[in-house]
Amino acid sequence: MTGPVLRLQGICKRFGTLQANADISLELGAGEVLALLGENGAGKSTLVSILFGHYEADAGRIEVFGRPLPPGQPRAALAAGIGMVHQHSTLADNLSVLDNVMLGTEPWWRPWSAREGARRRLLDTARRFGLPVQPDARVAGLSVGERQRVEILKALVRGARILILDEPTAVLTPQEGEALFATLSQMVAQGLSIIFISHKLEEVLRVSHRVAVLRAGVLVASAPAREVTLAQLALWMVGREVRMPARAPARARGELVARLSRACAGQSRAQLREADLELHAGEIVAIAGVSGNGQSTLAGLLGGTLACVRGEALFLGLPLTRPIAALVADGLARIPEDRHGTGVIGDLPLWENAVAERLRSPAFSRRAGGVRWVRREAARAYARELVEAFDVRGAGLESPVRALSGGNMQKLILGRALRAPDARVPRLVVAHQPTWGLDIGAVAHVQQQLIGARDAGAAVLLISDDLDEVLTLGDRVAVMHEGRVSPAMAPERWTRESLGLAMAGSAVAVAA
Amino acid sequence: MTGRLERRPEVSAAALALASLAAVAMTLLVGTVLVLWAGAPVAATYAALFAGGFGSVFAWTETLTRAVPLMFTGLAAAVAFRARLYNIGAEGQLYAGAMAAVALGGLHGGEPLGPPWLLWPAMLLAAALAGALLLLGPAWLKAQAGVDEVVTTLLLNFIVLLGVSALLDGPMKDPTAMGWPQSVALAGELELSRLIEGARLHSGLLLALLLAVALWLLITYTVPGFDIRASGANPRAARFAGVPAGRTLVLVACLSGALAGVGGAVEVAGRTGYVTMDMSPGYGYTGIVIAMLAGQHPLAVVLAAVFVAGVLVGADAMSRVVGVPTYIAEVMVATALIAVLVATLAAQYRWRVDPAGQA
Amino acid sequence: MEVLDIVLAAPFWVAVLRIATPLLLGTLGVLLCERAGVLNLGIEGIMVAGAFAGWLAVFAGLPLWGGVAVAAVTGAAFGALHAGLTVGLALSQHVSGLGITMLATALSYYGYRVGFPKVDTPPTITPFAEMHGLGLPVLAQQTPLTLLALLLVPLLAWFLDRTPAGLALRMVGENPQAAEGQGVSVGLVRSLAVVAGSALMGVAGSFLTLAAFNAFFFNMVNGRGWICVALVVFASWRPGKALLGALLFAFFDALQLRLQQAGGAALPYQVYLMLPYLLSILALVVVARRASYPQALMKPYRRGER
Repeated sequence: MTGPVLRLQGICKRFGTLQANADISLELGAGEVLALLGENGAGKSTLVSILFGHYEADAGRIEVFGRPLPPGQPRAALAAGIGMVHQHSTLADNLSVLDNVMLGTEPWWRPWSAREGARRRLLDTARRFGLPVQPDARVAGLSVGERQRVEILKALVRGARILILDEPTAVLTPQEGEALFATLSQMVAQGLSIIFISHKLEEVLRVSHRVAVLRAGVLVASAPAREVTLAQLALWMVGREVRMPARAPARARGELVARLSRACAGQSRAQLREADLELHAGEIVAIAGVSGNGQSTLAGLLGGTLACVRGEALFLGLPLTRPIAALVADGLARIPEDRHGTGVIGDLPLWENAVAERLRSPAFSRRAGGVRWVRREAARAYARELVEAFDVRGAGLESPVRALSGGNMQKLILGRALRAPDARVPRLVVAHQPTWGLDIGAVAHVQQQLIGARDAGAAVLLISDDLDEVLTLGDRVAVMHEGRVSPAMAPERWTRESLGLAMAGSAVAVAA
Repeated sequence: MTGRLERRPEVSAAALALASLAAVAMTLLVGTVLVLWAGAPVAATYAALFAGGFGSVFAWTETLTRAVPLMFTGLAAAVAFRARLYNIGAEGQLYAGAMAAVALGGLHGGEPLGPPWLLWPAMLLAAALAGALLLLGPAWLKAQAGVDEVVTTLLLNFIVLLGVSALLDGPMKDPTAMGWPQSVALAGELELSRLIEGARLHSGLLLALLLAVALWLLITYTVPGFDIRASGANPRAARFAGVPAGRTLVLVACLSGALAGVGGAVEVAGRTGYVTMDMSPGYGYTGIVIAMLAGQHPLAVVLAAVFVAGVLVGADAMSRVVGVPTYIAEVMVATALIAVLVATLAAQYRWRVDPAGQA
Repeated sequence: MEVLDIVLAAPFWVAVLRIATPLLLGTLGVLLCERAGVLNLGIEGIMVAGAFAGWLAVFAGLPLWGGVAVAAVTGAAFGALHAGLTVGLALSQHVSGLGITMLATALSYYGYRVGFPKVDTPPTITPFAEMHGLGLPVLAQQTPLTLLALLLVPLLAWFLDRTPAGLALRMVGENPQAAEGQGVSVGLVRSLAVVAGSALMGVAGSFLTLAAFNAFFFNMVNGRGWICVALVVFASWRPGKALLGALLFAFFDALQLRLQQAGGAALPYQVYLMLPYLLSILALVVVARRASYPQALMKPYRRGER
């Protein structure tokens, strides 16, 4: 097969006012690994979703192995040999691995399922590509890495010749990432062609043959990997110089603001085990680690939404089990991981979301006749202040807050956390993945705000799976693995290797 | 061929108005088909329906009388559903409230238990308590054990009604009622006064309106009201913001159950004077439909209750004149509900057809 | 002891099986819908409609199985409405279901009144005969519909666990995105499941007018539909356990009837009638903690929405 195995021509896709893909044309050669790069929101996921049939393009055509691909049907894509490993889990927890793999592979009218044959095929494929798996295991009990293996096998068992991997390393430790890259080489050796989506520049250059960069829906560059430098890639991705916050060390470490002593909380896989942590005013403690190792529990504990089962969790000397209204009034600021699902209440208007955490304080409510009444004018004034100061655009005060884009929603959340109605600076900022899913300008802005809070005297806890962010912002850096928090040390004492090892659970690095 | 629903950025008032009109048209269409099926003259039927419900002062008093319990159960459903507590048990809560009212305010052995100024508030309180307790059980089970409250409140309806039946056959039976299973009558002084001479409309209407306004104020302007709305819209985010989940659930359960219970007491004190098994032709269930028609807004519940009551009363009157079975009313109300929901959806979303990719 | 006397007599078990049949059919119907991720609270109304439509068809001259077919089609029609509203338009499943219950019930009562103005005795038909030819102890006194219901249990279990279509149905109720990613049309599978489940509910209703009794009464269904909704949770969404649940409920229902008849006015008869409902609630509490809900139950799925 000499021509390209995949050819996209003139793909356009619009969602409302957003042009997600603008006239994109791309080719994939046989046995090639093509990396699709771009910031969040650049259009990468949209493009591959169109390729796989989840969406239909507004214009353009796709040819697979020289034949046109009927749009908008995953079934057609599957039949043409395209397989996709999605970013978010597409496995049913209550069913077995074999069930998940078999779905859709047999004609629906058949009165019995040929499970034995399917099981054999699954194990054969697993062996061929070095991806060990247990067919009868229930998916709910699998680790993240194991789940990804199942997702890959799902595609391979169906005879995929073109495999799309959407941000596969986002949920893996560096070591697991290496294992994945080895698998990719195996697949290429067996004749597959791969499209690999990522926003991590270094691994892209290592793993791919060619790179294609998307920015704001447009294909801005496409070149062989070995001819491209990191700086070039970054420039393509961003299009201009963006001043990322430089490493600005803390000036002076102040008093103790919050402390965890042998704190245990949460349950099963997300458990926190005997965590010891001290947070002082005027410093940023950054926690690195792959998501799912107890970070949510840590954030919940310090954010006042979870209680310790054992041990102690104190904020300003008082337990964190106090009502959230009291904690917030004392200066606890929280930026949750899931802005849509936890940070705001989508159906309620913007102004109500702005004051949601502080509603019980005298600033925004008063007691009359046995019931607390909301002081609506004060609340609206505060919301207006936030919107102006933090440049929240896209919806009015009365519009339901779900109308905001992700970036604007994060600005609102940031604003309400960092700016109290009496203009006092927060004492403790708990930021859980605060820059996830934001474009690079917004990322820089959020990071500036966190540094600003620190410089004004706040203690900042930053939990992030982005190692660059952790190393740039953290005055002290700790690593979480399986619920345990390593001691927090200055970033100079960690290397990427030792961090990676700690993230994978090796105790050696921690002691070093 | 593929298409999808896409949310409109803003909803214009015109679109909503058009949607309401479409819903009304659909309801009338279905009604017309039913009338034709019964072989009755369409125009005369609708005229009789409208006249029976809204055509005279008397019709209005009947409609409003019928609307009173519907307002109570409608409010009960509205506040509960707002918080995503699906209270299907208003029917049982209503009967429980009625029984509690009669237990305290009835003529036991021919004499009331105490003076009216004491018994009247005690009666209402007891009714509210009875309704609230009935809903607290399922609410607690939902919070603690994750048991679906739709099923538990539903099953409780049957249990409560059986309990009422047992009580009416036994301890609460009116000995002067010649063997007919009804409760002791309410003391005369405790009955609600008539609003208009010669009509059945009683001052319970004022209580219902008062409670509707109070509920609206609570939900829109107070912190507990915010808690209720937030818990219903997004429980996780509400908890994150510090909304006390347990206390809010208890508040909602108490409010909802109490409203239904008081509704039962008001029915006894205003309309019937005693409790019988057929006192409520499904007020509890109809209240749910009314709440949904009203989009769970307390003030709209009042309007929806009047509308539905008018259709039910009008159908009764019409049936005597034209002979079309009264069940047409329920069909029209159910159709109106579905039509309103679909129409509102149409106003908020639009259908986007994905163009077929060029081959 | 009285209870033992009652329980050891064969006629008791004949009654148990008869009472259990509509419950079993209805529960299996709800099971199909919920396994695919759709709550169907329209069952109470659909059972009424099935009872009426089936009876009317036989009264109009169709053979008994024709009546059953008509009941199934009626159920399927209301199921299609529910599917259109909840799957197609992603409306609240609670609201749609309750609306359909009201609609179906009112339509049936209306139709009955239009067709048969008030008479002293309701018009009757000749119902299904007992299957004496079978020669088996308790089964011989049952009607063919009971046999159908019993056969459906292993059939549905096989369908769900061992066929590709059943796997697709289960997957759609667990993780619709996963199903879509494997080329399964979520909307289509969900709609078909709801239609099929509702057809079963219609048949459950027809059992009342074509086998248990021979005429259509108001308030005939009397809450059986709601009990089926409870039984599905009790059954952990499995056909085999659904049979167990239906039998258990029917056991207590039959028991209280006979206890009443056996006399001894120790407790008012209403208390005995309460037993099945109380037991259902108890069973729900016991089971709910361990129940593994179909994970996508009651979550609407909108294809391709951002």
